[in-house]
Amino acid sequence: MPVRTVLLGQGTCCISAGAKQISAALREEIARLDLAGTVQVKHTGCRGFSQIDPVVIIEPEGLLYSEVKVDDAPEIARSLLPQGQPIERLFYRDPVTDRAIPHHRDITFYNKQQRTVLKNCGYIDPEEIDDYLAVGGYQALRKVLSEMTPEQVIEAVKRSGLRGLGGGGFPAGRKWEACRRVPGDEKYVVCNADEGDPGAFQDRSVLEGDPHSVVEGMIIAGYAVGATKGYVYVRAEYPLAVKRLGIAIAEARERGFLGENVLGNGFGFDIEIFQGAGAFVCGESTALTLSLEGARGMPKPLPRPRTTEVGLWGRPTLLNNVKTFANIRWIINKGAEWFASQGTEKSKGTAIFSLTGKITNCGLIEVPMGITLREIIFDIGGGVPGGRTFKAVQTGGPSGGVLPEGLLGTPIDFDSLTAAGSMMGSGGMVVVDEDTCMVDLARYFLDFTQKESCGQCSLCRLGSVQMLEILNAITEGNGRIEDIDLLIELGESVKIGSICGLGQSAPNPVLSTIRYFREEYESHILEKKCPARVCKGLISYIIVSDKCKACMICLRKCPVEAIKGGKKEVHVIDQDKCTRCGVCLSVCPERFGAVEIIPGREVKIHG
Amino acid sequence: MDKVVLKLDDLEVMANKEDTILQAALDHGIYIPHLCYHPDLKPFGGCRLCVVEIEGRGLTISCKAPVEEGIAVRTEGPEIDKMRRVAAELLIVNHYSECLQCARNTDCKLQDIAAYIGIEEGRLQRLKRTARDLPLDDSNPFFIRDPNKCVLCGICVRTCEEINGVGAIDFAFRGLDTRISTLKDKPIVESRCESCGECVVRCPVGALVPQNMRKPEREVKSICPYCGTGCGIYLGIRGDKIVSARGDRDSVVNKGQLCVKGRFSYDFVNHPDRLTTPLIKRNGVFVEATWDEALDLVTAKFKEAQEKYGPEALAGLSSARVTNEENYLFQKLLRSLGTNSIDCCARL
Repeated sequence: MPVRTVLLGQGTCCISAGAKQISAALREEIARLDLAGTVQVKHTGCRGFSQIDPVVIIEPEGLLYSEVKVDDAPEIARSLLPQGQPIERLFYRDPVTDRAIPHHRDITFYNKQQRTVLKNCGYIDPEEIDDYLAVGGYQALRKVLSEMTPEQVIEAVKRSGLRGLGGGGFPAGRKWEACRRVPGDEKYVVCNADEGDPGAFQDRSVLEGDPHSVVEGMIIAGYAVGATKGYVYVRAEYPLAVKRLGIAIAEARERGFLGENVLGNGFGFDIEIFQGAGAFVCGESTALTLSLEGARGMPKPLPRPRTTEVGLWGRPTLLNNVKTFANIRWIINKGAEWFASQGTEKSKGTAIFSLTGKITNCGLIEVPMGITLREIIFDIGGGVPGGRTFKAVQTGGPSGGVLPEGLLGTPIDFDSLTAAGSMMGSGGMVVVDEDTCMVDLARYFLDFTQKESCGQCSLCRLGSVQMLEILNAITEGNGRIEDIDLLIELGESVKIGSICGLGQSAPNPVLSTIRYFREEYESHILEKKCPARVCKGLISYIIVSDKCKACMICLRKCPVEAIKGGKKEVHVIDQDKCTRCGVCLSVCPERFGAVEIIPGREVKIHG
Repeated sequence: MDKVVLKLDDLEVMANKEDTILQAALDHGIYIPHLCYHPDLKPFGGCRLCVVEIEGRGLTISCKAPVEEGIAVRTEGPEIDKMRRVAAELLIVNHYSECLQCARNTDCKLQDIAAYIGIEEGRLQRLKRTARDLPLDDSNPFFIRDPNKCVLCGICVRTCEEINGVGAIDFAFRGLDTRISTLKDKPIVESRCESCGECVVRCPVGALVPQNMRKPEREVKSICPYCGTGCGIYLGIRGDKIVSARGDRDSVVNKGQLCVKGRFSYDFVNHPDRLTTPLIKRNGVFVEATWDEALDLVTAKFKEAQEKYGPEALAGLSSARVTNEENYLFQKLLRSLGTNSIDCCARL
């Protein structure tokens, strides 16, 4: 029996950081040192702390080695010899205290989290059903089939207070109940894994790290609502998730968890994977079902029957997100009351966020509902790196809103975020600092959503593009002060008038930045200045004369010959010629630091 | 049919229980702006212009919302007006608006909406045309597709699918590039389009117009001469020439629908090559003759053949363009001449 287990994350993020090569090298070294009998190398999903990938964990000690390289493999293997010692230089160093932390349980990024859905991600091998079974996998399904009626299952989900984690937050139990109540001999369970938001990777991580938890949740849902067939609508851009889910489904079928007679209970249920073609709007439930049917993914306008009544191929359909299904086994195993005891009064359980942007600890986190934005960003996330100042946080993906520092006390739950002008959405969380221009940020997100509009409703199709054009003009220095009101008028109309969530939320980044950072818009328009020094048309590169050593480097490198000066003659940038390409700043030796960016285009020559 | 009573802008109206709010309003002469609604088609809900407020419930689109007993509907209000105005302005600013050069001038739903809302030049000027200029598709000999005038109401798509079951066109691409396209975005003539023109008559704007369209100064009710179906048509006349044809919506036969021939192929009526008298071949050349001469010749030839080879030597080939009754009479005639050899070109 192995004495030690080496856990190696093999999620898409880990692999892109080199985890595959490390695994090969490590296995080779372990074999060479004749350790194969006592050391087991296990491939797992991602542990979430993307900032320090690739990560190697040694159990049972709980040692964590961060940012491991292939060349570290021999040393790691030697450390696993009976007389081996932990490798201090590979310990994670706390970015604030710079203290080396040997054990993963002591790392703030992890120990402030409350991992339920992500509990097994990074611990079990997602391609081995026995690993899942060893941590209590499929026990919930056994319990449901042997002890509970479908009504009791629904009652448990209702009592738990679980809300749909795809962003909508609709009470899951009520949805299940509605689907069960609709008469029909053929019903479907659909798992929405069409995670299209830039910067969001929760669903991918769950499918790559713990696919069986989703499969188990779907089977239980099938039993509860009376469905015999399930589909997972997953993006084709997630090949590893598709592969691991496929393996999980095949394994589950082999062990009798899926098929015509699940666990000999007489209940039949099977799951098929459907790969989406990458349309963001297909994450919307009615567009998703149309896409599954082979039609163009276009959301169906209200009023219309609910998907639980008329869904896939016109049949009653239960559609939930990956994370919603992944929670089910815990509700069954630990009880609805346990689940309901976490979170806030109206938002129970945990929330998963992809923490990215100007943040020290970037990665995937799972936190109890009700935790504040401040705790997430400054405790788990470690705050803004490089001594810069926090400016705002964008939650909910491209359609979410931007919240300023004053709202960092906002508790994370469906309702508080909406009230603040943002949303839970897909669970994206992008932190920005003083170097981020809010107008440019709004422009970036709107550019994404307008491209993904399905085009059927006039307000979303034309309104969002119109808003983007205005933002382009403002960032280029051609804005008019009345544009701010026009943006608000357009934004509110697009919100009210669009058919689906995409259009209804597309203006959020614009409206929330105007609400909280109106002065930045005004600076762009009235003073022709970009205060964050981002928008090319509204900044100037200057050479600070008393720092310039007249070294001629920038002068020679400037592609448009905009820099005047000579040997022993302080350099000056001709602002009329300058294209703000930034080459001078990048080539000016760090010890001089003579090139600076200043807001605005009307520049007096310094010195 | 069950009826319900509802209030439309304080006016009490009675509507069929199956109606939508928009249908009930239009039936009672109350205009609610709309572009993508068409009475022959399933509601779509894309243009967002027909938005109304059901008191106590909020905004909804009237083309999809069913009437209900006792509801009070408002067709205008601050929120509705704002959104509808913005939606209409966005459509107008992105629409090729040389109305005087448009075949649909004075018969355009977008003009109706503009008139209803009251377009203010100053407000329009704040907006920018964001649509890209797209090439005209004039590949079809009967109609022109101008994507620059298209408002993406989807009426053509639904007509092709729901009325004719052809499905030659659909929405394609995303965002600003969204347009109505054929399979692989080929010219319409290379698609499975049957050129029936049903989409052309339903297009609310000038995005689909007949080639060389000339507006008739009057219309004459008639029956399509092309086949035995007997579709009711209105022929549009200018001077003594036919310049258009449209289906008669009151005709029980076709309920307003026509095929490619009935709708577009009336040129032959005034064509110089058209035969207006019978021709008899004399010395190898066809020469004009009177009907009496022609019929006398046919009778004589029939008799000659009958006497020489027996009645079975005769055969009759009828036309698909005559009516069933005429075909019936034709076979009667042939049988009275002693032959059963009768056929019709319709079976080819």
